[in-house]
Parts: sequence; structure tokens; C-alpha cells
Amino acid sequence: MSEVAVESPRSAENYLTARRGVMSWLFTLDHKRIGVMYLASILAFFLLGGVFALMVRTELIAPGRTIMGRDMYNHMFTLHGAVMVFLFIIPGIPAALGNFVLPIMLGAKDVAFPRLNLASLYMFWGGAVFFVVVLITGGLETGWTFYTPYSTTTGQSSVVAAVVGAFILGFSSIFTAVNFIATVHTMRPAAMGWFKMPLFVWALYATAIIQLLATPVLGITLLLLALERLFGIGFFDPSLNGDPVLFQHFFWFYSHPAVYIMILPGMGITSEIISVFSRKHIFGYRFIAYSSIAIALFGFLVWGHHMFVSGQTRLASMIFSALTFSVSIPSAIKVFNWLSTLYKGSISLETPMCYGLMFIFLFGIGGLTGLFLGSLSTDVHLTDTYFIVAHFHYTMMGSTAIAFIAGIHYWWPKITGKMYSDAWGKFTALLLFVGFNHTFFPQFVSGSRGMPRRYYDYEKLLPAHPDFHGGHWLSSLGSYLVAAAFIMMAGYLLVSIVAGRPAPRNPYGGAGLEWQTSSPPPVENFTTPPVVGDPYDYSKLRFDPRSNDYVRVA
Amino acid sequence: MNQILSSLAAIWGPWAQSGSQPYFWLPDRASTFARDVDWVFNFILYVSLFFFALIVALMCWFVLRYRRRPDRQEVEESPHHNTALELLWSVIPVILVCLMFYYGFEGYMDMRTPPRDAYEINVIAKKWAWLFKYPNGYVDDKLYVPAAEPVRLVMTSDDVIHSLYIPDFRVKQDLVPGRYTKMWFKAIKPGEYSLFCAEYCGSGHADMLSKVVVLEAAEFAAWLREAGDFLKKLPPEKAGEELHRRRGCAQCHSVDGKAGTGPTLLGIWGETHRMTDGSTAVVDENYVRESILEPGKRIREGFVNQMPTFKGVLSDEEIGYLIAYIKSLGGSAKGESP
Repeated sequence: MSEVAVESPRSAENYLTARRGVMSWLFTLDHKRIGVMYLASILAFFLLGGVFALMVRTELIAPGRTIMGRDMYNHMFTLHGAVMVFLFIIPGIPAALGNFVLPIMLGAKDVAFPRLNLASLYMFWGGAVFFVVVLITGGLETGWTFYTPYSTTTGQSSVVAAVVGAFILGFSSIFTAVNFIATVHTMRPAAMGWFKMPLFVWALYATAIIQLLATPVLGITLLLLALERLFGIGFFDPSLNGDPVLFQHFFWFYSHPAVYIMILPGMGITSEIISVFSRKHIFGYRFIAYSSIAIALFGFLVWGHHMFVSGQTRLASMIFSALTFSVSIPSAIKVFNWLSTLYKGSISLETPMCYGLMFIFLFGIGGLTGLFLGSLSTDVHLTDTYFIVAHFHYTMMGSTAIAFIAGIHYWWPKITGKMYSDAWGKFTALLLFVGFNHTFFPQFVSGSRGMPRRYYDYEKLLPAHPDFHGGHWLSSLGSYLVAAAFIMMAGYLLVSIVAGRPAPRNPYGGAGLEWQTSSPPPVENFTTPPVVGDPYDYSKLRFDPRSNDYVRVA
Repeated sequence: MNQILSSLAAIWGPWAQSGSQPYFWLPDRASTFARDVDWVFNFILYVSLFFFALIVALMCWFVLRYRRRPDRQEVEESPHHNTALELLWSVIPVILVCLMFYYGFEGYMDMRTPPRDAYEINVIAKKWAWLFKYPNGYVDDKLYVPAAEPVRLVMTSDDVIHSLYIPDFRVKQDLVPGRYTKMWFKAIKPGEYSLFCAEYCGSGHADMLSKVVVLEAAEFAAWLREAGDFLKKLPPEKAGEELHRRRGCAQCHSVDGKAGTGPTLLGIWGETHRMTDGSTAVVDENYVRESILEPGKRIREGFVNQMPTFKGVLSDEEIGYLIAYIKSLGGSAKGESP
């Protein structure tokens, strides 16, 4: 039956061509168009944050002043952290890829509340513009963590405005989260029970729960900051009998769960890709699904592990350390299940799979180095050094951003209807892999040897620690390789839009519903209702060399 | 080939300077905590290396062995669920992380429980200087401690959060304004060790550096007696110069004419300066004293106040020395007192 449909998958109008003009995009309610606009905006902010990162790395390539002074450096690392966290990595996968594929994966026409979806995009744009303007014009240099009392007492204290920006962005997250939860609950086809959902949907669902529950705390923090500034009620400022450490509790009560907002969707993408490119049913489906929920719940109970040296009580540190280790177990379960999925599969190393395997490698390092930081006595030595910088870049960039890239490559044919060059894709993946490790691995060593983070210079440290120079030098060189890889990636992906060959319906042989519709999908996603089955059963799909497509055989 | 190798060596050359380092991963072990912390570090390191090697080896082996090839298109039959296996790879990590937690906790409790007889030193952190106050009232910008004796630091901050970090001792503790935090350690060998600020505290964060000087117990006692009255042995302007350096004034107030976070001290004595509120002030004894004790009261035009008060930190006598030093740096009324 589908053999017939394959012949002209692009004859019908698709969501890209159905309407034209700027207004048709700005006022669209189509989740796919909203997803594409999110994707473009988020990648633009990634570029911005990346430029800041290169400035930081270039300043540190040699001791002494290289390209900027100390205040500019402090401003730069704040901009890098804030833009990457709030404008790239938190909204990244759910708002861009999730928006596009979640409804299609569920066989639905759209999300549950399309208008809310558009509102969330406008909130994102509004919040992002406000945030970036505040950051740049306010000369904010507090670090993205806005710790009090530094943030409330510096000359240019745009911290309240910056937190307002973060909170508007938080509302955009909440809107998306509400939408996803409602969509998953109400719009699944009758034949798709909870345990027939793709694991990416499980991951987005777990993420949405965290977004919904954690983001309001950011709002509370803002309210308290504003009350303190406007009415002099002491919450955080010691001169008003406030407690600066309280701010850290509030901040991490949101920002630690936010770490799982970042990583869970990446794990979801990895689960999809590892299975599809092994042509084998995902191993331990229920364990992977439950482990997402477990991570989401445990993630709320571990914020105090950012504060082992803050002066919090010994009892609090003990409890937070123990709970922190509990999060490592569901993560380990996922890794072992991915490995078992590879076993006896039929593994094809196309670009998305290269990134999927890279995720396992880099997340392995990022996750295991977390153990050093969860353990109390070692954390005392390692916290606030480059060790922690390396650790969170391995998890945030090495894992989440790599999974995001994997997802972009995996769904690129579906989103754009075009195939990119797989050879360029693989070569870029290799360059990115080398560049990433070149950048961040030396930071583990510098950090565990005592190099503190957020230092604009290390010249005065060199007499006693000559090795710090080598670490920074390697790191900066690696960052240029990473930049080169991203430029290449932008190049071949953009070329594919103009000159790529048309994508078939199912180029990689996925068994999810999104591969049953044409590439790109029509406005209503499906012209005929999709056949709901096990999302990881590949036995009915056969590769058809004539159309380069995987087709369903009875 | 040789060319490639030598260019690689050139790139990675600076990294090879790490030869001076006794351990690859960790700095020198100079306190009693270092051995315990390093033991936990190495335990976690070897467990992690084992699992990482296992994961990567399996991944590579599976990818090579089960690669899709023209003669191998189909998957082989294998189950996609196995509860026993899932439990196995949940329970083993649970046991291992319980051990990691326990060892880390044990070491941490030790770090947070100072012995009763510890030698006490008060620490005040401010942007961007460290002040160490000894039992006899002497204050220094370096932390001198006796070897093989427990030392307890009672610490607070005058402005924002700082963090005292001594890598070779494996200790770190935040200093929070408005409360006292404590830490302790026992240095094991005489020498000089780095002391860093580890919590971001603004422009001069990377300059907030000091040293721990570990002396043999007898040497330490002699040093303290000597140092306690060093000021009295110096002429006042020399004593002021020492104070300017040791109490952190130099971080913001240069003596070479360049404006830093605060105005330079060179050639200002007797000058008339415009203030941010539009008034003018003559730099004299009273103005300098007021600027030290109530820094925010009158701010020179072109500057934003970042300075914490030195009330209770500098004695009247010491302020007198600083005034003498500033006078010696010249100005229109050099040497005269109106």
C-alpha cells in the first residue's frame, strides 16, 4: 500500500509551501512552523553564545592581557553563560525539535493548545530580546548565577532586570510544558498506550513536568529580590539582616532541575537514534522510560550539592550528597540499555548515529566526573575550579548540545524535505569530537590541580603553577576546532536547503509515526491516519533502493 | 611524519611543563587532609576509568562487529528486555556509589570538625584582599601557620561572598558577609603554598591571591613576636607603605598615578578634588581618615564606590601611618599640614 504512496510524496502541498509570506509565519498556529522559528532563533543565540565563548578562550590562550581587560572578560563569561543557558540549552531541544516532532510522533494534527504555543514563541522572543539588551547594555558581570550580595551591590546592578528577562523566558518554558503535558495526555491515538510512546516523548514529558514545577521558583526569587530592592525588606542582603546563602538555595532549586530540563530530551533523542540506526528494538524500554521520570523526580532533591562549601550545615551536605548519588543510577541504566541495543543489531554509521555514539562517549565522561563532585570531600577540593567547568561542559555541550545536533540531523530530512551530505556530516562530527575533547579534557586536569574558574588571567599563578598555561593553551586551540566544525555544519546544512536532493518519506528507517508522513509533512501532518504500532519494531520496514526510502511491507 | 610529530609536540609543548607536578591529577599533598581526599579521588577515578573503558570497549566492539555490511543486512535475534540484567546493572552501581558517598562523607566530617585545641586565626576577606589576624592582634596579608599543628580559621567577609581555597591542602570554604564560617587544617611540611579566592567576586577576583607560609612551630612563634611590632620599628611613612601593600589598599589605589578601581594616591596630598555630589574636597588628614572609615560618604568624581569600610580593621595608629605615606607621595601641599 505504501509502495504506491511513495511515488509522489511531494506532490501535495506541504507545511512550508502551503502558505507564503512573512505574516503566514508570524501568525501561524502550525506547531511545525513554530518549531522551525524556534529552531532558527535558538541557533542564532547559539551562534551569539559561541562568539562570546571564543572571546573568553582567546583571552585565556596566553597569560597576561590578550584581547581584553578584566571587566570585559568578566562581562564576556557572564554573557556566554547566560545566553547559552537561558536562550540555547534550556529551550533548545523541547521548543525546537519537540515542537516539531512531538505531535507527529503522536499522530496528532497539532499540539493541544496551538495559540498557547504561538504565545510561548512570542514570550521567548520578547524575553530573549529584553534579556540580551539588559545583559549587554547593563554591563552585567555577575556570572549567570547572579549570586547575592555581589549581584545586588555592584555598581551596575541590572540583576533585577536580568532576572525579569529570565522569568519571561521561564514563562515561555511553562507554556510549552503545559502544552506538551496536555498533548501527551489527550492526543495520543487510541492504539498508543503509555508504553507504546516513543522514548523521546517520554523524555519530553518528564522535562515538561520539571519545567512546570521548577520555573515558578524563579518567579518567587525574583519577587523577593524586587521586594528587597524596592521596600528594603531583607531577604538576601546581610546589611538588612538577610541571608545571601538563601539566594543560592532559591537559585539552585530552579537551576538544578533545569540541568535535567537540558539533559533529559537529549537522552530521549539518543534512545531514538541508537535504536533506529541499529535496526533493533530499544533494549529495556520500560527501564529507560521510568528512569526519565526518576531523574525528573530526584532532580528536585539535589540542589544543595552546589553548596557544599557555602556554609550550609553538615547535615544538609550529607543529605544532598546521598541524594545526588541516587541520580547517577537512572543515568547509568540508560547508558547500559543503549549499549545493549547495539548488541547484535545492524549498525549503520550515518551522521545522526555518529552523534548518538558521541553522546554516549561524552556523556560517559560528563556523568562519571559528576561522581567526583557528588562525593563531599573531593567536591571541597574540586568545586569552583576548572574541573567543574569541564564537567558541566561535557554534560551540557558534550551531551545536550551534541544530542540536539544529532536530532537536527536525524529530523532534518523531515523538517526541510532535503538530504544533507552525509560525508560532510561525518567529517564534521569527527572534527567536533576531536575539538571538543581538545577543549575540555585539559580543563579536568587544570582544575583538579587547582586552577580556579572565572579568572580573567593566570599570569600571577604561573610561578607556582607553570602547567596552568598548557591547559589553557590546549583548551583555546580546541575551541577553534569546535568553531570550525560548527561553521562547516552550518555550511552543508544551508547548502542542503538550496541544493540537497529531496528527502524520501523515511530515509533512516525509523518506525515512529513521523516517518509515515511525507517529508516535509502536509499542514495537517497526515493525509491518511497513520498505522500505530510498536515504535521500535523494524521488522516490517524494508529498504527500497529505487526511492532510497524505507517502505512498510505487510 | 617527523614534521607532523614535531608540530604536534610544539602544540602540546606547554602541557609537558607539568613535569614539575608530583601527581598527574592532583597538586602537592601538604595537609593531613590531602592523603584522604586523594584516596577518595583515586577510588572514584579507578572505578570511573573501569566503567568508561568498559562502555567504550563494548560500544566499539558492537559497532565493528555488528556493522551493517552488504553481506550482513539483518539484525540477529536477541531479546530486547531482560529484568535480571537490568537489576544487575542497577545494583552494582548502587553499591559503588554508596561506597563513594561514605568515603566522601567521612572525609568531609573530618574537615568540618576542628580539634578543640586548634590555633585560631581570624580571616577577613574584602574586594580584593585577604587579611589574616593573629591572636596578638597582628594582621598580615599572608597566612602564616605552624606546621604539624591544627589551625582553625574563623572567617567572614566585609562585602560579597569570597572563598578561601588552598589546593595543596585540599580545603575550600566560602566567606559570607554577615556570618562566620570556619575551616581547619593541619599543614604537614614547611613551605609556601598558593591561596586563591575561588568564588567570583568581581573585577579583581583573579588578583585576590595570597600565600600560605608554613613554618616550623618554633620559627612560627618567633616570626609572630617579631612581626607583631614591625610597624613600630619603621618610620611612619614606611609603616604606611607596608600597610598599603598588606591590607589590600594597593589592589585599587595605585601609587604610580594610574587610576584603578579607586583613585591613585600619587601626588594628591593637598589637592582639591571634585566629588560626585558636586562639592569639592581638599585631600587632608580628615578627608583621608573619613575615606578610610566611611568610604561611601564622599566619592571622587569619575569613580563608583566599591570600597568596604576599614572601621575596626585599621587602628587609629595605623591610619596615621597611612596618612604619612600618602603625604610622602607628594602633591601641592607636600609636607605641610594646614
